[in-house]
Amino acid sequence: MGILVYAEHDNSTIKGATLNVVTAAAQIGGDITVLVAGKGCGAAAEAAAKIAGVSKVLVADNDAYGHQLAENVADLIAELGKDYSHILIPATTTGKNFAPRVAALLDAEQISEIITVESADTFKRPIYAGNAIATVQSSDSVKVITVRATGFDAAAAEGGSASVEAVDVAKDAGVSSFVSEELAKSDRPELTAAKIVISGGRGMQNGDNFEMLYKVADKLGAAVGASRAAVDAGFVPNDMQVGQTGKIVAPQLYIAVGISGAIQHLAGMKDSKVIVAINKDEEAPIFQVSDYGLVADLFEAVPELEKQI
Amino acid sequence: MKVLVPIKRVVDYNVKVRVKADNSGVELANVKMAMNPFCEIAVEEAVRLKEKGVVTEIVAVTIGSKAAQEQLRTAMALGADRSILIETEEDAQPLAIAKALKAIVEKEQPQLVILGKQAIDGDNSQTGQMLAALTGMGQGTFASEVVVDGDKVKVTREVDGGFQTVELKLPAVITTDLRLNEPRYASLPNIMKAKKKPLDTVSAADLGVDFTPRTKTLKVEAPAARSAGIKVASVEELVSKLKNEAKVI
Ligand SMILES: Cc1cc2nc3c(=O)[nH]c(=O)nc-3n(C[C@H](O)[C@H](O)[C@H](O)COP(=O)(O)OP(=O)(O)OC[C@H]3O[C@@H](n4cnc5c(N)ncnc54)[C@H](O)[C@@H]3O)c2cc1C
Repeated sequence: MGILVYAEHDNSTIKGATLNVVTAAAQIGGDITVLVAGKGCGAAAEAAAKIAGVSKVLVADNDAYGHQLAENVADLIAELGKDYSHILIPATTTGKNFAPRVAALLDAEQISEIITVESADTFKRPIYAGNAIATVQSSDSVKVITVRATGFDAAAAEGGSASVEAVDVAKDAGVSSFVSEELAKSDRPELTAAKIVISGGRGMQNGDNFEMLYKVADKLGAAVGASRAAVDAGFVPNDMQVGQTGKIVAPQLYIAVGISGAIQHLAGMKDSKVIVAINKDEEAPIFQVSDYGLVADLFEAVPELEKQI
Repeated sequence: MKVLVPIKRVVDYNVKVRVKADNSGVELANVKMAMNPFCEIAVEEAVRLKEKGVVTEIVAVTIGSKAAQEQLRTAMALGADRSILIETEEDAQPLAIAKALKAIVEKEQPQLVILGKQAIDGDNSQTGQMLAALTGMGQGTFASEVVVDGDKVKVTREVDGGFQTVELKLPAVITTDLRLNEPRYASLPNIMKAKKKPLDTVSAADLGVDFTPRTKTLKVEAPAARSAGIKVASVEELVSKLKNEAKVI
């Protein structure tokens, strides 16, 4: 048997979340095989072979997998996955898109967004926006699982020497095609990987005012996030949303600026090590989870903060 | 064309749920229930497609207890033409729900199935994708824009890096993200009209689907509580605490 880990990548490098999934696989125990499916993804496969703890890398290099279309990738994994006890997939938007498709094709009940491994068949996962943690036991013969990266440390990206094997399986379901993509470009660290995150909410009033947060972020090497209200109002793009339905982050330091602290926002950041809140309303719920709270007008406090760090 | 909109009855999103003392689940007695917010967005999208003349009939469906009739009535007050309750007392899991929906798809033959991207109780985010797999349909998940064009649909999806647009052959499955639309409120006359719209009930047995969960929930606990920290008086004090006490900058 053994464990099949799906690698998230951009054809040349492996995305960080994959390393956390490898750690989850190691905790379950068993031989770890990593699948790299893409188009022209040889470099990503070589990078996957170096991840500590991986024994084999399978490469499916085909036009059909170029844009990670769920229909095609799911057919591929369902075929390869039959030979494994567990299929582990990062709980990113890419993974969440096709994982349930794989599970249904294998007639398995997927276990979504695990945060701990209790044993080979028992896992913990948050429900109700993280207001409860369920311990669940699976009886499916192939377990299809998505893994929340913040629940596990990253495996070492270097040090392994797995064998690399090409799989010649081309699955094109023929029901979907890629049209275009619009990816945000930023020189700042990625939200989910940053050690420090500073996020703005409706209190920022407009997109231009986020400039204040970018300045602080650049001094601290931080990523910038936002609440749903700030995204809905058009201040910043959707890829910056933190929360139940946005990104889940757990940095060393999270600074919430002009964010009230709705449960759906807390769901995405309350596992941060240190939380700072800057809000002019001393009753704001965000203060109930913050280690350091500053009751102040953000338009005075944030420029001051930039000066002092 | 016909649209099928599967919806779910869940704890209202404003309620802060509490874990039961015996750790068997969360407290649901006397808690306000509502239609899952993402399902409201799905209903709204179907209604807008009908208003544009793309869609001719909207059928809402739910899997749950008798009480879920309330959410079907809401869907009909918002614009669904009729609805189906697949009645079960089991805590049905996404795979079984997808199998039941497949049976409905086979009977109703919709060109589009629009669902919420996740239900805010289990936070699973599985049902739409599973239904698409079981029926062999293409899927456009986490949709922020839907454009039907002849026998195809273009779906713009919210992804980690920004947006991705895919084109799907119809019939297809779409799951809604938050920014697809802003759902309307049901007007009083429409709430009254909804009471007269058809609501059929079928049993799980009629569909030949076993709703018994295969995944066992062993226990449900409250998350580790974060205690409120301190209030600092100034930016200067904040910076000093972050440097010297927390040592994070
Ligand atoms: C199904 C569902 C999913 C959701 N998912 C998410 C999610 O993933 N992420 C998310 O964030 N939300 C999510 N939400 C929305 C959530 O419920 C809240 O509406 C949202 O988080 C509020 O954003 P906010 O705190 O920026 O705005 P508000 O609640 O309006 O708070 C603004 C805060 O700014 C403060 N403020 C204003 N001006 C100043 C100033 N000059 N100086 C200092 N402070 C100031 C105010 O005191 C206030 O506390 C979801 C909601 C639903 C229903």
